[in-house]
Amino acid sequence: MTFQIDSGTDLPEREIDIVKESVSADAYSKVNRDDRKTVGKITHVDARMTCRNVNVYYGDKHAIKDVSLDIGKNEVIAMIGPSGCGKSTFLRCLNRMNDTIDSCRVTGDITMDDIDIYDKKMDVVLLRAQVGMVFQKPNPFPKSIFENVAYGPRIHGLAASKTDIEKIVVTSLKRAGLWDEVKDYLEEPGTGLSGGQQQRLCIARAIAVNPEVVLMDEPCSALDPIATAKIEELIDELREHYTIAIVTHSMQQAARVSQRTAYFHLGDLIEVGDTDMIFTNPRHQLTEDYITGRFG
Amino acid sequence: MANSHKYTTHIVRAGLEKRYKKEARFRRMGLAAIIMGLIFLSMLFISIIGNGYTAFWQTFVQLEIHLDASVIDPERTRDPEIISAADFGGIVKKSLRDMYPEVSGRRDKRTLYRLVSSGASYYLQDYVVANPEQIGSTIQLWVPADDDVDMLMKGHFDRDKPEAERRIKDNQIAWVDKLVDQGRVESRFNKTFFTAGDSREPELAGIWGAATGSFFTLVVTLLLAFPLGVATAVYLEEFAPQNKWTDLIEVNINNLAAVPSIVFGLLGLAVFINFFGMPRSAPLVGGMVLTLMTLPTIIIASRAALKSVPPSIREAALGIGASKMQMVFHHVLPLAMPGMLTGTIIGMAQALGESAPLLMIGMVAFIVDIPTSAMDPSTVLPVQIYLWADSPERAFVERTSAAIMVLLMFLITMNALAVLLRKKFERRW
Repeated sequence: MTFQIDSGTDLPEREIDIVKESVSADAYSKVNRDDRKTVGKITHVDARMTCRNVNVYYGDKHAIKDVSLDIGKNEVIAMIGPSGCGKSTFLRCLNRMNDTIDSCRVTGDITMDDIDIYDKKMDVVLLRAQVGMVFQKPNPFPKSIFENVAYGPRIHGLAASKTDIEKIVVTSLKRAGLWDEVKDYLEEPGTGLSGGQQQRLCIARAIAVNPEVVLMDEPCSALDPIATAKIEELIDELREHYTIAIVTHSMQQAARVSQRTAYFHLGDLIEVGDTDMIFTNPRHQLTEDYITGRFG
Repeated sequence: MANSHKYTTHIVRAGLEKRYKKEARFRRMGLAAIIMGLIFLSMLFISIIGNGYTAFWQTFVQLEIHLDASVIDPERTRDPEIISAADFGGIVKKSLRDMYPEVSGRRDKRTLYRLVSSGASYYLQDYVVANPEQIGSTIQLWVPADDDVDMLMKGHFDRDKPEAERRIKDNQIAWVDKLVDQGRVESRFNKTFFTAGDSREPELAGIWGAATGSFFTLVVTLLLAFPLGVATAVYLEEFAPQNKWTDLIEVNINNLAAVPSIVFGLLGLAVFINFFGMPRSAPLVGGMVLTLMTLPTIIIASRAALKSVPPSIREAALGIGASKMQMVFHHVLPLAMPGMLTGTIIGMAQALGESAPLLMIGMVAFIVDIPTSAMDPSTVLPVQIYLWADSPERAFVERTSAAIMVLLMFLITMNALAVLLRKKFERRW
């Protein structure tokens, strides 16, 4: 089964006319490096973060291979791919959470406001104040709901007075869609909430610092469908104020919440494009195999 | 297929009985171990309490004493200093002679004087200084009996034994019986035991000096070992790079935990006392030596506690831009605190019961005074127990057991405190 891809209306910057062939994952990893270039448009007209030729190594393991990708302002970009494809690793490069892993080494350029975030001059605390993160498992601090949200603004000195802090907490909880559920229980421990509420509390905690970018690492994988629906709704609303990069296992979720989707495979960024295009008309065989459920 | 299922079921069923038997056997073994432990523990407690409870009571003797003004205060000054200088020992002896006029001969008189404690004259002195208006009259005063009389009253001496094999002689027994008949013998709560320092006379010896010494020593140990241990653990666990130097340090800390405690005592003697010239027998030096001994325990326990803090909490803190320092001090340390406290209390309990290293730095000296600071010479509870256990007087046997009870109470209090602190700090995540 061979057919030519149609060079669509928007000619991508790094357009590669590759012949779609039924290549298995094994066969793919054996093909020449040069052939493994990303399909689709990696750039974004209004990029907030730009990543060029990013490589990540865990010791000897080459986890991310030459990935280039822009993350646009006020977009939701979803990263999908089978387990171990490096999508989470890539996400954690964006706020240098990989620094905590001793064996981890990152090369390439990731810039934000024209500053390389891996530059020595870049302060990692400042970066993480600008690029917030929500983790796979809800991880509220063992403190009160109020303290959970207030912690970030407090350590960064974002609020001058107690009323300022309270204002930030209320706004953040409202934006995270949790206010109505917890407004009478602000002094209760955050760990006493349900899983979905905890995750929304973590989102409130992340946005309390007013970051420009929010990274979400499979935020719904530990939640039930109703809680998931709430978070997805929330992500859509948050797009108004923040740029969101989300890693997800669920293709339906990626289709529902994101505007752009990036498909990772064994450390390579295979294909990037508008979410609609990726799911309706994937151009790379691996992407098609994955979204049609042939593997992953 | 159906047959093969049946076959599998058959095999499983055949093995079931064996499995359950194994489990039951294991459970019985565990239960037996616990029961054994409880039996030994109760034997220990029964023997200590059985031996020691009598030490909390002391036999007192009522003397009829004439406060001769010409002896005590011939000038009628009523000046406490002049009164204190009087020969109260002589007055007590005279009162005994008056109560037993039939006793004659130097030797018998000396034996008679030994009916009451040599501390009786201090009781009399205190009484007269407090009530100077009584001088010149005759009073009835309760004074502690001698330890041998005390032992006789508590039934520790066998009256049926031949006189030569008894510490207490027939005439003494007769005198005591006379006192009992007159209602002049009473068993009272032994306040001295809880308020006095050490003494050669069992009826005057108390545990308070050693308890204060232990307290000062432990305070010094806690103040040094806890901050040092926690800081070391936090640095090694959170900040230090993983290289061969930190590996070396870790191995050495683990080894230090296994060093016999007397070696730390030798080190204290050589370094703190001989090299730095610190005072001998002082709780300060004792505390420093015990710090060396306790540090590895605290460090190891604290590192384990830090390790057990879930990584998700660290990530959460870092994820919103907390610096490493803030992550450790705002989140990791509070969560690790209960574990650290447990380790510290274990270390402190170890330090409380330690005697060997303290022998090396002179805390085994016979010290009567109650220490008032960490610089005063003193001894500690386990060393006091060791000293009393070594004393020949029968009355020290029960005091040894009583001192062990005090030590155990000390320990239980500390552990209870640890549990309370842990409860207070414990937070679930």
